[in-house]
This record gives sequence, structure tokens and C-alpha cells, in this order.
Amino acid sequence: MKILVSVKRVVDYNVKVRVKSDGSGVDIANVKMSMNPFDEIAIEEAVRLKEMGVVTEVLAVSCGVTQCQETLRTAMAIGADRAILVETTEELQPLAVAKLLKALVDREQPDLVILGKQAIDDDNNQTGQMLAALTDLPQATFASKVDVVDGKARVTREIDGGLETIALSLPAVITTDLRLNEPRYVTLPNIMKAKKKPLETIKPEALGVDVTPRLKILKVSEPPKRGAGIKVPDVTALVAKLKNEAKVI
Amino acid sequence: MAALVIAEHDNASIKGATLNTVTAAAQLGEVHVLVAGANAAAAAAAAAQIAGVAKVLHADGGSLADGLAENLAAQVLAVAGGYSHLLFPATASGKNVAPRVAAKLDVAQVSDITRVVSADTFERPIYAGNAVATVQSLDAVKVITVRSTGFDAAAATGGSAAVETVAAAADSGKSTFVGREVTKSDRPELTAAKIIVSGGRALGSSEKFDEVLTPLADKLGAALGASRAAVDAGYAPNDWQVGQTGKIVAPQLYVACGISGAIQHLAGMKDSKVIVAINKDPEAPIFQVADYGLEADLFAAVPELVKTL
Repeated sequence: MKILVSVKRVVDYNVKVRVKSDGSGVDIANVKMSMNPFDEIAIEEAVRLKEMGVVTEVLAVSCGVTQCQETLRTAMAIGADRAILVETTEELQPLAVAKLLKALVDREQPDLVILGKQAIDDDNNQTGQMLAALTDLPQATFASKVDVVDGKARVTREIDGGLETIALSLPAVITTDLRLNEPRYVTLPNIMKAKKKPLETIKPEALGVDVTPRLKILKVSEPPKRGAGIKVPDVTALVAKLKNEAKVI
Repeated sequence: MAALVIAEHDNASIKGATLNTVTAAAQLGEVHVLVAGANAAAAAAAAAQIAGVAKVLHADGGSLADGLAENLAAQVLAVAGGYSHLLFPATASGKNVAPRVAAKLDVAQVSDITRVVSADTFERPIYAGNAVATVQSLDAVKVITVRSTGFDAAAATGGSAAVETVAAAADSGKSTFVGREVTKSDRPELTAAKIIVSGGRALGSSEKFDEVLTPLADKLGAALGASRAAVDAGYAPNDWQVGQTGKIVAPQLYVACGISGAIQHLAGMKDSKVIVAINKDPEAPIFQVADYGLEADLFAAVPELVKTL
């Protein structure tokens, strides 16, 4: 069985981004970039399924600029067998990525596709669901547990108020939530080995996909700032402030 | 043209986030509400009572019993013709289904909007709420998820919309519902609570979490929340997590106990009216957003607070 995992290169989650003064976007020049944390979880899950003998091949895919190769090398150091970069300098929105992934799903015929539930830059939470729709496959979003048995994926999902379990016929699309697993650290020998693994580069046009953005970003601004607060010396003062000044209790 | 709100419900009543979504939809046109479920006549009747709703579409069938994305998306698509806007609450369910609908319509989806600027332009937070993007949809149909904390709730009563029955979508046969484990709680729902008491890793164990924070929450009639660190350590259930990837809340009062205030956590609560931080680390970033900060050991300060209230 083959798994396709999609990974995105994003601003590292520890970086506090700054909005550009001209309102055109956030400043990501010279900022540390990493693999989207949810995608690390996706790769880890695929590699664990391989280690359990359920899966024979893990294919990592990324869409974006040339530097996404680094993200794919990281995926291969975690344990992906090979990688495909769909290379473009165009701004890619979820619908475009879903279409690119659909073209690759059609070509590669994986039994399972795993994505992160959302990317921490655009915070969209759309691509996995869109891919499932375009390929007409069943979906299990926000997965915290995945079992593949008897040609079905049994997935526990995090929902508002608790957990639910659903069963999907394969092939299927799964998106990962935080608690699915703890991604492993990549080791130096594995980083070296990952350099020798195959990485294919392909253009959106070769896949016959139009990636023109459908949403126009008119402006990016700073969120409203909160006024500076005060420190109170003790509990009595805190209660007095909440009762008399803020009037919230 | 009219806007269609896809209601979130439990077949008997309408969930709170739907009311906020109706408010957002009312800024776009005449509001219709789709109630898709199994034996959901009570929920459809409740939807008809919401102020500002002109019509309720009620689809009832076994395929819609558990809100499976494949079937619910097919149901929305079956009635979507003629609507300029399709709006979902940005809840686990709405986020699950909306992109599926958008992709089938070959349109982009706008996630988690916090403001309607015009019929095609919306504001939404990006980068864990560290920036706000104003986006314009170039598509004919706008598929949107609405962040409930960005809009007031519409009144649940006062409306008298007609309920129209529509045919239920067939089962896709590709997914089946197995079971659900719901966390039992007598407390107000986290996203709708007026007061939230939230704990972080500093609590140290689930016993301490319960022992220290529950009395305070009881006293204030508050919901309990948690940081990701507390959830990952097993001190609190998953669905208590407040943050970029958990619940987004905006209560009147948010009490953060032993929470350092990572940007991912702040993304989930910084729109609260009043924020109180209790932390023994004077350098904790939470103090930068707190209206009232108390630099103290929470194991002493919280019980004292309970006594003083």
C-alpha cells in the first residue's frame, strides 16, 4: 500500500511575524522557515504505518518555491521514500494546491493521503477537505488515531465536545490533529541518507493545473493592540479591580 | 440574492455558533437556514424562531444522522443553487464540510471571517492572529466559515420563518459512523461562556488541575479551558484547548492560571474583554496582554481568590 503525504514550508512556529508597513503582507524575508508542524505529524504517521508493515511506500509532496526541497529532504529524513516538488513562484491558495495534489493522486494512485489539518501561516484548514472533494474520496479530518484494517481506515477525530470514530473505505484522505503522534527527531545519518533519495521536480503546467489565485488579498494589517494592563499586588486588590473597575464579576 | 447558513445542531436544538453565523449572513442578504439531520424537526422549528431568518430548509434522512462530511456536503450542494453565499460556523463540523462544498463548486473558501466588509470582501486573521488579512473573493459563490467570536449572536427567538422540507441526500457509502465519546460537563460551553478559567502546565497534574481550578470555576459559573501544554500532558481533555488550533474564545473575563502565553495560546483568547493572569514568572508573555496581572504562586493565589469572592 502506498501513502502520499503533503508537506508545506512555512514560517517557523516560534517566529513572531511582523506585518509589512505598506500592508502588502507579512515580512518573511530572512525569517526561519520550517515544515508546518501538522505536516510533520502527517509524515510521522505515514512512516509509523510503514514500520508496522501496513504500508510499503511513503511519498512526500510539496508545492511552492525551490526552497521547498529542504522541507521534502526533512520529510525523507523522517522516513519518506521519495519526494515530488511541484515548483512554482506563484502564490498558491488551498484550491490550487488541492488541484495539484489531485493530479498527483491520479498519477500515483496512493491508497491513503495524509495532510496536516491546517498550515500555521494562512490558518485555512481547507486543503485536505478540498482534495477529498476533487478526488471524490472519503475524508477524516482532525485525526487523533488512525488504524488501517481490512481495507478500511478507522479514524478517531477530535470534534467540539469530545471524540468521534468513523470508518472510511480506501483510498481516503486524512488530516492530522496535534495529538495523533509525537514526530521523531531527524538524526544526522538519516539526513545524509535523505540526500540520496529521489526528488522529482515538476511544474503545475505539466500537471495541467491552473493555479491562479481566486482570493485577492487587498491588505494585511496589524491586529488591534490591547491597552497595557497593570499588575496588582495581591488577591484582594485583584478582586476589587474586577468588581469595581472592570465590573465583570 | 440570499445567503444560506448551514446550521449546526444536535437534531433537537440549534447550537450557539449558528446564531453568530446568522448575524454575519444578515449583512449579506436575506438569510435562509439549512437544517440537515435525522429526526431533526425540533431543530428546524428552533431555527425558524431565530430573529432575521426568512426561510428554513429542512432535510431529514438517515444519511444525515451523524454529520458525515460526504453526505452533508452533498446535501448542501443539492440546495446551493440560487444562493450567493454559503456560510458555516467555523466549528469542527463547519470546517470539516465547507471546503468540501467549495471545491465541488470550484470556488475558493474564506476561512474564519471576523468581519464582513462588503458582499465579496472579508477580514480574517492569519499567522495565529498576528495579522489580519482583508480578502476579496473573485468567485461567483462565496463559501465562508464564520468565527463566532467575531459576530454577536442573533436572538434565538422572535422570528417566524416558514419551514420547507427538502429531499435528503443519498448516503455516499464511502464512510460510516462508528461512535462518539462526548466529554460530560455541566459547565457552560467553552466558546459561549461569559467567564473562562483556564489552566496551563504549571498545574502539574490532572488532580491538581481539578482541585485548584474547579472551585474557582464553580464560584464564577465559568467554563474551564486549558493551554495546549496542559492538554498534551493529560491534565485536561482535548476539547478544552484554547488556542490557534483549539477553541477560539472571547469571554467577558478570561482567567489564565499558570499559562505562559505562547502566541498559539494568545491567538485563541486575546479578544477576551478582560484578561487576568496569575503566574509566578514575572517575564511570562501572558502579562503583556493581561489587563490585571498577579505575580504569585497559583496554588496559593487561586484558593485565596475563591475565598475572597
